[in-house]
Amino acid sequence: MHQEGPGHPSGEPLRRPAGTLEAEVLAVLRAAGTSLTPGEVRGRLDARQRGELSYSTVVTIMSRLHAKGLLARERAGRGFAYTPVDAASLAAGQMSRALDGGADHDAVLTRFVSGLSGRDARLLRRLLAGGQDAGKDGG
Amino acid sequence: MRLLVYLPLLIPALAAVAARPLAARLEPRQATWLLTAAAVALAGCSTVALALLAASAAAQAPVLADLGHFSQSVIHRADPTSAITGTAAAVVLTGAAVAVAVAVRYRARALAESYRRAARLHDDGTVVVLRGTAVEAYALPGWPGRIVVSGRLLDALDEPGRAALLAHERAHLAGRHHLFTTVAHLAAAANPVLLPLSRAVDYTVERWADEHAARVTGDRRLVAVTIGRVAMLATPARQPAATLGMARARSRRVSVAWAGPVPRRVAALLGPPPRSRVLLLVAAVLIVLLTGASAVEAARDLHALLELARAGH
Repeated sequence: MHQEGPGHPSGEPLRRPAGTLEAEVLAVLRAAGTSLTPGEVRGRLDARQRGELSYSTVVTIMSRLHAKGLLARERAGRGFAYTPVDAASLAAGQMSRALDGGADHDAVLTRFVSGLSGRDARLLRRLLAGGQDAGKDGG
Repeated sequence: MRLLVYLPLLIPALAAVAARPLAARLEPRQATWLLTAAAVALAGCSTVALALLAASAAAQAPVLADLGHFSQSVIHRADPTSAITGTAAAVVLTGAAVAVAVAVRYRARALAESYRRAARLHDDGTVVVLRGTAVEAYALPGWPGRIVVSGRLLDALDEPGRAALLAHERAHLAGRHHLFTTVAHLAAAANPVLLPLSRAVDYTVERWADEHAARVTGDRRLVAVTIGRVAMLATPARQPAATLGMARARSRRVSVAWAGPVPRRVAALLGPPPRSRVLLLVAAVLIVLLTGASAVEAARDLHALLELARAGH
């Protein structure tokens, strides 16, 4: 799909240095089997890489992986702890992003709901606040 | 031909106006079938009408008239289609052909991608739970189709709410709703005037699935509340609490006639179950048949005219 190289579910060989770093971080997280903060991840990288990677670089790499949908995160203290996203939900996540990117995703995926406009949100609140008799009005 | 040929070009505009009220009033399953079939039939009829206009103008062109051994004067006298109209029809026809080809290509690609993804997902269940913070739930067409729901959404719903959500998505997969929306979409590509019909089908398949969920759970209000809750979750909060209170204090009567799909679905679920409305359905089918008949009649007129012109040559 749009994504290539780094962190691809099939684990293709990586070419770009940035991709290599991402792969190292992903490997650490997958091996850990629990959620890790960027500091913990840095601690588990081997010494050579620790020399190359500053704490803030690890944070950047991990938030980039999160943005790509490869890592899930939850609040841990002042930062986040990250877990790798498993293959099935990864594929599904990539699906939604790929289809979001295409002009035609609407009709292929029948979404439960779409987001609401401000006006629709107000209407909805009024409907659910007790307008039992409102159903007749459907336009 | 004369005026009859223009009828298949006018009726789609009428259908476009009628689509949304029909989608609101008809039973969702019937509405889906009617609107999809009407979109296809009207797209076909309007395409035929354009082709006839283009052909009758083309037959008057000297080169083509010679080639077909037509008498130009006979055609010219009997058929008032001007060269400009004919050319315009030919241009629109070409545009429609290109638009359909593009739409088929994109839609086929998206569906193929969806099937591929659905097949690749783990095969021990229909429901795939997405991790992460997104509020997301959709039916992924495939063989078998999958229901993709984010864990965050599942956590936000109680057990009956989850049942309603899953029943809704299962109805999409079982009813192959993506086929209806795809067919209507392609019809609208052929004739953009039919776009409201395509949108109406997008809406009626949601209503279809909502009504299915209401039957399965036995609770219309539950489905309405679940839709409302999920929609609110999926929308970034930007409404100050004050507006909320004010809105509640105002009139109880809420009109959703011009609202987006979510309030209309909720309003429909808060009302009584939809009834089958045979008269409305029959009237709509008759209008579509009338359009088809006029396209056929116009084609026969052109055929007769060309025969006449050949004889007069």
